[in-house]
Amino acid sequence: MTPELMISRRLFALFLFGCLLFNYPILSLFNLELFLFGIPLLYLYMFAAWTVLIVMIVFVMRPRAKKRFTAGRHRKSAEF
Amino acid sequence: MLTTETILFFSFGYIGLLFAIAYIGDRHAQIGQSLVSNPYIYALSLAVYCTAWTFYGSVGRAATSGTGFLPTYIGPTLVATLGWFVLRKIIRISKVHRITSIADFIASRFGKSTTLGSVVTIIAVLGIIPYISLQLKAISISYLVIKDYPLIHVPRHFAEIPVFHDTAFYIALILTVFTILFGTRSLEATERHEGLVAAIAFESIVKLIAFLAVGIFVTYGLYNGFGDIFNRARAVPELQRLFTLDIRTGSYADWYIHIFLSMMAVMFLPRQFQIKAIWLFPLYLLAINIFVLPIAFGGVLQFGTGSIEADTFVLTLPMANHKESLALLVFIGGMSAATGMVIVATIALSTMICNDLVMPVLLRMPSLRMAQRADLSDILLAIRRGSNVLVMMLGYAYFHFVGEYYTLVSIGLISFAAVAQFAPAILGGIFWKRATKTGALSGLIAGFLLWVYTLVLPSLVQAGFMDPGFVTRGPFGVAWLKPFALFGLKDFDHIAHAVFWSLLFNTFLFIGVSLYSRPSAIEHSQATLFVEAYRYAGETDGSSFWRGTASVGDLRSLLVRFLGKERTEEELAAYALRHIGGRQRYKWEDDLEADAGLVNYVEKLLAGTIGSASARVVVSKTVKEEPLGIEEVMDILDETRQVIAYSRELEKASADLRAANERLKELDRLKDEFISTVTHELRTPLTSVRSIAEILHANPGIEYRQHKEFTTIIVKESERLTRLINQVLNFQKIETGRMAWQISDVDLKGVVHDALSSTNSLVQEKRIRVEQDIPELVPTVPGDRDRLIQVMVNLISNAVKFCADEDGRIEIRVTTTPDHVQVSVKDNGIGISRNDREIIFQEFRQIKHTLKGRPPGSGLGLTITRRIIDFHGGRIWVESEPGQGSSFFFTLPQGNRPVNLAEKQSTVPSG
Repeated sequence: MTPELMISRRLFALFLFGCLLFNYPILSLFNLELFLFGIPLLYLYMFAAWTVLIVMIVFVMRPRAKKRFTAGRHRKSAEF
Repeated sequence: MLTTETILFFSFGYIGLLFAIAYIGDRHAQIGQSLVSNPYIYALSLAVYCTAWTFYGSVGRAATSGTGFLPTYIGPTLVATLGWFVLRKIIRISKVHRITSIADFIASRFGKSTTLGSVVTIIAVLGIIPYISLQLKAISISYLVIKDYPLIHVPRHFAEIPVFHDTAFYIALILTVFTILFGTRSLEATERHEGLVAAIAFESIVKLIAFLAVGIFVTYGLYNGFGDIFNRARAVPELQRLFTLDIRTGSYADWYIHIFLSMMAVMFLPRQFQIKAIWLFPLYLLAINIFVLPIAFGGVLQFGTGSIEADTFVLTLPMANHKESLALLVFIGGMSAATGMVIVATIALSTMICNDLVMPVLLRMPSLRMAQRADLSDILLAIRRGSNVLVMMLGYAYFHFVGEYYTLVSIGLISFAAVAQFAPAILGGIFWKRATKTGALSGLIAGFLLWVYTLVLPSLVQAGFMDPGFVTRGPFGVAWLKPFALFGLKDFDHIAHAVFWSLLFNTFLFIGVSLYSRPSAIEHSQATLFVEAYRYAGETDGSSFWRGTASVGDLRSLLVRFLGKERTEEELAAYALRHIGGRQRYKWEDDLEADAGLVNYVEKLLAGTIGSASARVVVSKTVKEEPLGIEEVMDILDETRQVIAYSRELEKASADLRAANERLKELDRLKDEFISTVTHELRTPLTSVRSIAEILHANPGIEYRQHKEFTTIIVKESERLTRLINQVLNFQKIETGRMAWQISDVDLKGVVHDALSSTNSLVQEKRIRVEQDIPELVPTVPGDRDRLIQVMVNLISNAVKFCADEDGRIEIRVTTTPDHVQVSVKDNGIGISRNDREIIFQEFRQIKHTLKGRPPGSGLGLTITRRIIDFHGGRIWVESEPGQGSSFFFTLPQGNRPVNLAEKQSTVPSG
């Protein structure tokens, strides 16, 4: 598996995860008239979920991921 | 401070700055120091997506629907993850095929169809015009609002303002000039407009800073942070209900349809793509949205509902609190947001109009003789600039007549819904090979008509162009045709409703019609190139869709007309370097024949300038070549079929070889068996000779009678040995064709007699009765007497071998026919089964009897017999039933029918 393929699979998983976060029924769990730190729960949830998604994209795309993957492969191939 | 002069000064100053940045960007690109290759600058330029809609409209939307503004930005975040699958492929394909617009992309995918290109262009232009008009509206309103400072007053009724007193009109003019200067300066549309991208990236920074500044001012200046604003909002019933999503049937469906819509829009809105720092764009979207809700609530808390349009809160809040410089910054920020998209959209649309709508028509009009003109670049530029003006004016007209009745976001969403119509054709086109042009065309047209029906017509009703009853009662009073509740669907909001029906019919027809229509040859080939973009990436230059050849001179003059002389030579040299290689500067002779690869390359170069559909028209006209027809495709298929046939033949040949090999192995086995048989046959007499000789040697005083008996055995065994050896030698001679034949007239009566006398001892030994039935007069036959005797001896000894042990009988009969003499030797032995009758004449074959085992002898006798008979032009066969004895027959041609034996001798097969 090439690093590109690995990244694209992880991103696709993120896409599915994002669809889950921003749709019924998960969304309905937070659709309550509650306040957390003085902020409506729904607003807080949406921005928090959004931030989490972006952080995960950064994590998947970080340059080290590619490097480490390649290095890992080299190590493995050296073992055999 | 906020006088009209100041505002205008800063506005024009800002626009001047943009011009400067664009100019510097272009200069850098020219000297090879690209500013835009920096991923952050590129990601910032993507934020052109955040238009005036985002800058002013989000707050307006949030003030009435709470989180309803968010799907527009969550969608692009999801696209950032999905981008690797979809956008990367689209970018790849566009690069390889030099595709410059969505119209070009769809047209090229479905067989470079001009029709499809024009339809997509029309949909794109009509669909995106509301989007452009919303930007003009935002600039216009914000100017009208800020110029009345310190009065806070939101203008209405734009339609009453005369065009030449309307700021929006002049803004449209300035933007047109900017677009023409930096967007349509050169013809090559695949070139990145680096200056433009740099200017847009700069605008993205300005609008973000302006918006964040307002957000911080409202949240922390006017109020004490987020908690404070939301706490106060709880007291206002209109705001309190915005804290949650509506609980009604369609609200979640609305929500995800809006997310889906924004995903499609961000993918297919006209713009250049690149996948660099893909997380930066979502982060930008998040940042610019954080303060939307506080500003919206702050605005409502400040102004109440209804008196001031929520779309202007971003500007009116600083104004109401006398923050003049902040208000000016907001005004500039809003202008940044609006102008970026107007410029990008106008360039894209004008390219589409020129390449996919105007050029194909002009090229097809024989009276214009366009294809024969010496230099077309001026005409092209003129068309493109004209399209620029046209698009901008259409945008202005829509704003002027319709725009005032809608909020910014609802105008924008109308455009999004139009752009989403491209999704089935593009996504289907790059992942599904079977998608056809007819399918794409039907889907697009159906989707577009439904879009017009459910969104555009109602907007005309609102603007007073149509009877309001169309919306409230349905056309002609038909309730289930009401444009906002088509077929009775009432649960969705207007946009979700329109998207649902238009995309449903679009997709349904796209798939259905594709499945029921046949793609043409060129559609087939394009489908493969698009769907398998990664596989064919390197090979497309060599794909030979053009058959036949053209002269290099023709192609060169064609290129010069569109690209200019200098660039033509550069591109030809580049092609030579890549495909002919080696030489530094390949000289393209004009009378040289261009191969299909070069024609293809030329077409692609032209596609970068005038779009794939037009390029195809031009190339086919100039080169006067027939594109790949169905016959050629069949030829290609035929080649494949031939390869298959060839491989079948190979298989057959190898099967033959295998069979031959089997036979060789069998022969080898038989030969081994033969050798062991012969050795055995040789050893038996040798052993007896030797043991008798030893007895005689050890007992010198042996009785005479016994002595004679022993020596008789020795003689007989030696004869047997000699016979055997002769047989092997004869066989060898016959097989290799070295037998010396002595041909004379042979009397068969004598032959039978001689054979009988030489086998007499054998016959006597087994007490076999021999009967002869030979006529008095037997015609002579030409042949070798000794060999014929050998035949008879073989047959007789064979008969003796297989005769019944008790009461053996052999019949020898000679008969004559007019042509032949026939001899038969019949025994009353065990007989031969049907299967064995043929193989007994083959070399080394011996029939194993189930009880008696292998008969004595070398197994060569009958083979030699057959060879001898064959040589004489005769025939030998056997008739037999198991248990009934067997009869061997042979015929020989008579002497009066001359057989050219001498000739035969030389052609005797040598094995």
